[in-house]
Parts: sequence; C-alpha cells; structure tokens
Amino acid sequence: MSTEWPEEIYGLLREAGIDQFAFVPDAGHDHLIKRSIADPDVHAIALTTEEEGVGLLAGAHLGGSRGVLLMQSSGVGNCINLLSLIRTGRFPFLTLISMRGDFGEGNPWQMPMGQSTQPVLEACDVICMRIDEPGDVEGTISAAITMAFNSEIPIAVLLGQKLLGAKKFS
Amino acid sequence: MPDSKNDPNTDPNKGTRAEGKTATGHLDRRAAVKSILNMLDEDTLIVAGLAGAKGDVLAALGDDPRIFGFGGAMGAAASMGLGLALAQPDKRVLVVTGDGELLMNVGTLATIAVSNPSNLGIICVDNEHYGETGYQRSHTGLGTDLATMAMGAGIGAVRTVGEESELVEAGEMLRQSNGSAFVLLKVRVDEPPKIRFSWDAAFHKNRFRQALLGTP
Repeated sequence: MSTEWPEEIYGLLREAGIDQFAFVPDAGHDHLIKRSIADPDVHAIALTTEEEGVGLLAGAHLGGSRGVLLMQSSGVGNCINLLSLIRTGRFPFLTLISMRGDFGEGNPWQMPMGQSTQPVLEACDVICMRIDEPGDVEGTISAAITMAFNSEIPIAVLLGQKLLGAKKFS
Repeated sequence: MPDSKNDPNTDPNKGTRAEGKTATGHLDRRAAVKSILNMLDEDTLIVAGLAGAKGDVLAALGDDPRIFGFGGAMGAAASMGLGLALAQPDKRVLVVTGDGELLMNVGTLATIAVSNPSNLGIICVDNEHYGETGYQRSHTGLGTDLATMAMGAGIGAVRTVGEESELVEAGEMLRQSNGSAFVLLKVRVDEPPKIRFSWDAAFHKNRFRQALLGTP
C-alpha cells in the first residue's frame, strides 16, 4: 500500500491541531498509527475496543483538544450505543474508517459489517464521506475536518478497498 | 440465588427498590464519595458516570460547571476521563463510576494503564448491584473484584476502601499519585434520593468548556 496518501492524511490532521490519535491496531491505518506513535507531539492511544475512542474524543473536546478515531469497518459496530454521547452532547467527532467487506473482499466474515457500515452510521446521524481514489484524499479529508470541528458534527470518512487494496487470500 | 440476608422488619431499605438487597461493603456511598471529593483540589475536573455515581457527585458538590454527568452511553465515563486528562495535563481529572458501568467496558482500565496519565483518578462506587434497573446483582457481588482487575490491567496505584478510616489514604492517593489511580469503594446497598440534573448533555458540555476554557 502506498504511504504517500496516508502521509498526506497525517499532515492534514496535524495541521488541523489534532493531537489525540485513538486506534485499534489495523493494517489499513498502519501508516497513520505508526506516525502517531513516533510523533512526540501527539498522544497515540491504543484502545481495547473502538467504543473507547468515542468517549475519549468527547473527553478531548471537553478539555479543549482535538482527536481522531482510526478504526476498521468492523469496529463501527462496537461504537453504536456510545455514539449517543456524541449526538446528545453535540460533540464534534471525526473517524477514519478503513473498509473491509467492500470492493474485492475475500473473507465472507467481513461482508456483513462492511456492507452495513455506512447505513448504520447514517442511522446514528454520522455523515459519511467516501474515498476510493488517492486524488480525492486531500479534498475529502480537509472537508471532513472542517465539518467535524467547525460545524461540530459527527463525520466518518470511509477509506474504500479500491483505495486500500483488498487483503489477499490464497 | 437468594439475595437477602436482612431481617425484613429492620431492613433500612424497607419500602425502596433496594429492599431486601445486601452487599459485602458497608460504607455509605454518598458520605464516602463526598469525603473523598472534599479532599481534592477545587479545580479538579469530574466525569460522573450514569445513575447512582452521578447522584453521589451531585450530592457532594451540587450542580457545578466542572462536572460532566452522563445520562446514558453506559461504559463511556472512564474513556471520557482519559481523553480529558490527556487534554488537560495540568489539572486533576476524576472519574466517578459504578460497578455496573465499569464492567461494561472494563478493558478501558487497560487502555488507561497503558497511557497512564498522572492526573487521572477513578473511583468505582461498588454496591454490587445494578441500581438503575431494579437492583439486580452484578458480577462484583458474585466474586468479581474490580480492584484486582485494575491491578491486572496495569494500574499502579490501586486501593480498596471498606472502612471509613481508609478514605483519607485513598483521597491522598487520588490527589497526589504520579500515575493513574483507582479506588474501589465497597458500599452498602441503598437507594438515596434522586437529584435533579438536566438531561441536556450539550448544555453541560458547553458550560464545562466555558468554565474551563472560556469558550463553549
């Protein structure tokens, strides 16, 4: 997988003042996770389950900081009830989702959550934006950052498997 | 499993939803939480978990802008405290939660232990029951020890408080610890009076930020 567009994403997030990077280990977010761990100016927080990231980001906002939740599509299912904190409290919320169960998926276990990721998020009032081409990264990530932190609404950017490349199964 | 050892004629919870319920702890929850909160610096930031824990905080401090209280999203109080503690390293942050809520996302203890912000403390008010839903027994009344789990998660400063005389030491640990700290309060079962608190989380968020940051 290219590290060019992930590095572009990292730069945009840091330029926006995001300094809490919450994640569950994931191949699709590998570069962002490694960059955040290596960056002495940010908190890189490994979670045991993605829903902790929802509470964490709300807490960051309470304290005047900005955070982002990096997760795989399967992690969206773990977050659903805690998104009520975001909606009830009208917290800003930005999550980047590496898709599985998407274009070219070879593992049937990934399909149910992958195919329900966007409808489930939208049912919880999270606006979804999708990136399938590296050329769309800058514009879409910038738009998502503005909507999340200036308009203070929940935003998910779905990084499709056309962009990430589907995991190979022999 | 029978849940009552109390004599029905002398049960202090007679006539409440907690009637007939018992726990291994005997602290008075509201008095114990108040005693610890009163030991902390006045600018301590507080995340109050839903239901009974929020009531304990409000009874101790009143409706104060430095409290963010939950009305739902069960399991999020500890992770919210972590995000807040990382954002405000010069202030103490205290999460007050119950055994039921902490059990729902107990892995957060590991996440906190790994980050280990020195300004984060957690009080778990453990009455061994799910009070909000009708005082069903929780795992902590059936052998699960959340203080052992906190230690196992890697939190270095952990205390179980079963007696009033131990509250001072626990409060000092929360006030001065060099790493994240966890206090398990073993309280008796009761149903203290409800305290009115707005359900409007956006209002509380904005008020909290206004007081802390000078902007909503």
